[in-house]
Amino acid sequence: MGSRSTPRFRFIPRERSDALERSRGGSDQILTVGLFIIPGALVYTLFLIIPIIQAAYYSLYDWNGLGPLNNFYGFGNYERAFGHEVFQSSVLNSLVITSLSLLIQLPLAMSLALMVGRKLPGRAIFRSIFFMPYVFSEIITAIIWTFVYYPGGGMLNTVLGSIFPSYVPQGWLANRDIALLAVFFVITWKYFGLHMILYMAGLQSINGEIEEAARIDGANELQVLRYITLPMLAPTIRLTVYLSVLGSLNQFVLIWILTTGGPANATQVMATYMYRFGIKSFNLGFGSAVAVIIFVISLIFSIGYQRAVMRRDYTGAV
Amino acid sequence: MTALMTKLSRSRRRPLPLRLWTARLFQYAILITLALIILGPVITAVLGGLKTTGELYDQPFGLPSVPRWENYTGILSSGVFWRQLLNSAIIVVGTVSMTVTTSALLAFVFSRLVFRGRELIFNFFTLGLLFPVTIAFLPVFIQVRQLSLIDSYFGVILPLVAFGIPGSTLILRGFFRAIPSELEDASYIDGCGTIGFFWYVLLPLARPALGAIVVLQTIVAWNEYFLPLLVFTDDSKWPLTLGIMQFQGQFGTDWGRVMAFVSLLIVPAVLFYILTQRYIVTGLTGGELKG
Repeated sequence: MGSRSTPRFRFIPRERSDALERSRGGSDQILTVGLFIIPGALVYTLFLIIPIIQAAYYSLYDWNGLGPLNNFYGFGNYERAFGHEVFQSSVLNSLVITSLSLLIQLPLAMSLALMVGRKLPGRAIFRSIFFMPYVFSEIITAIIWTFVYYPGGGMLNTVLGSIFPSYVPQGWLANRDIALLAVFFVITWKYFGLHMILYMAGLQSINGEIEEAARIDGANELQVLRYITLPMLAPTIRLTVYLSVLGSLNQFVLIWILTTGGPANATQVMATYMYRFGIKSFNLGFGSAVAVIIFVISLIFSIGYQRAVMRRDYTGAV
Repeated sequence: MTALMTKLSRSRRRPLPLRLWTARLFQYAILITLALIILGPVITAVLGGLKTTGELYDQPFGLPSVPRWENYTGILSSGVFWRQLLNSAIIVVGTVSMTVTTSALLAFVFSRLVFRGRELIFNFFTLGLLFPVTIAFLPVFIQVRQLSLIDSYFGVILPLVAFGIPGSTLILRGFFRAIPSELEDASYIDGCGTIGFFWYVLLPLARPALGAIVVLQTIVAWNEYFLPLLVFTDDSKWPLTLGIMQFQGQFGTDWGRVMAFVSLLIVPAVLFYILTQRYIVTGLTGGELKG
């Protein structure tokens, strides 16, 4: 993510210590560096870097994944993807999920962190409950929510039916108009706890005496929040925005198990599109092109965001 | 000083106890509602494992009239479940041990040794953070096939290690850097070499961080679904994530049975979470969140 040293981890003095100076540059040292880097570098290069470079190469071919690579296609796969209506709507859906995450999930996580973060009795219990879904597998989460949303006797219909007598049972994931929102709700259910935890950590690193001083100077709670707490939380906010956008763009397993991108592509996002039209229809050249598009979008966002927004922040954690 | 300030702020609040109380009440109302939204589906699933599907439809939250243990015994008495549990365990142990080893070595190099091009190589390793395995599985699958690792546990383990390295190295590097250099100097004076310092001083001190990596990677490897789906054509190698999807496909709307299987996975997950929460939070927040 970056190389700048974090202000929080600056216990090590910038200038080299004597011991480092002494051992620096010796042949001994180079041997150690090589020995320590090789195992990780090997696995990382073989199974992460090479596949991604290969994807760029395969994306130029019309290839079903089995036969030889002899059908050079140029940028045909990319043209096909960008011209495909379903791909366009899947990009749009990815953007919808990203925006909803930023506008709903993060403020929710933030307000909960503010509520639970400091002195509230019982905060440890609430924190544990809110963060718990983070450890559940996407598969388990999706199966449980398939039951919650089940059109016949699913949990949500039963609950709403017993609260509102005139309620008409819904097929939550079968209705084109609400399926994407229903899916987003599950994503929030599973992941808002992560952002809450990050905010709580950020809040704890703020020196409470500064807020206390503002109160003594006559600021009310809202003013303290607006002018002291939030500005001091800014590095954490920038980090969670970053994680949230990347996480949303890469949403896949949960959506695929819940809806397989349906009904009628209403919940198709970029990754489910790649799986559906790349792997499932044995079109690995095309799927590689879609993978490359997703990578490039992530890369552009990441570089742009880090350059523009995060440059002065720490990069030591997460 | 702090005590005085707390006292001051308390005395400032004293005239408004009623407002404070209503605010508290309001906060708890929101928190409890949200807690119910989180826990409701989980509790329904766990109780549901002991119910018939009809009971689950009518009374999702109620206790079962007669507990249907046969939902569980049906799953537990089949050899398939235990086979899949073993497969999941193999994938977890392989992934975790290799990720921790490789990224501890890398983090040490990037935090404690000084050499030309260090930051450049480090940036090369963090590049992987942009490509989560959930997106990259198609290119990874092609590579696994080229290396003829189809139907081998390594076909799942090695990619998971590769995708675990960037995040783990980043987290460990942060912790390693926070260990004071005086300790390093002292260990060199006492005659330790670089490797001795790494093994006898740094690793024991970084135990919480190593624990965090172990726990986070366990969660990733245990939960992985699509990679094993593509790599294992032989279903005797399937882990539990594939097993439960197959089970759900087979018993689709027999929700009682499906929920029994879900509970068998979710109850250990909750226990694991309760035991390891400290490590998870340490890993995700760089050790900042306490209490």
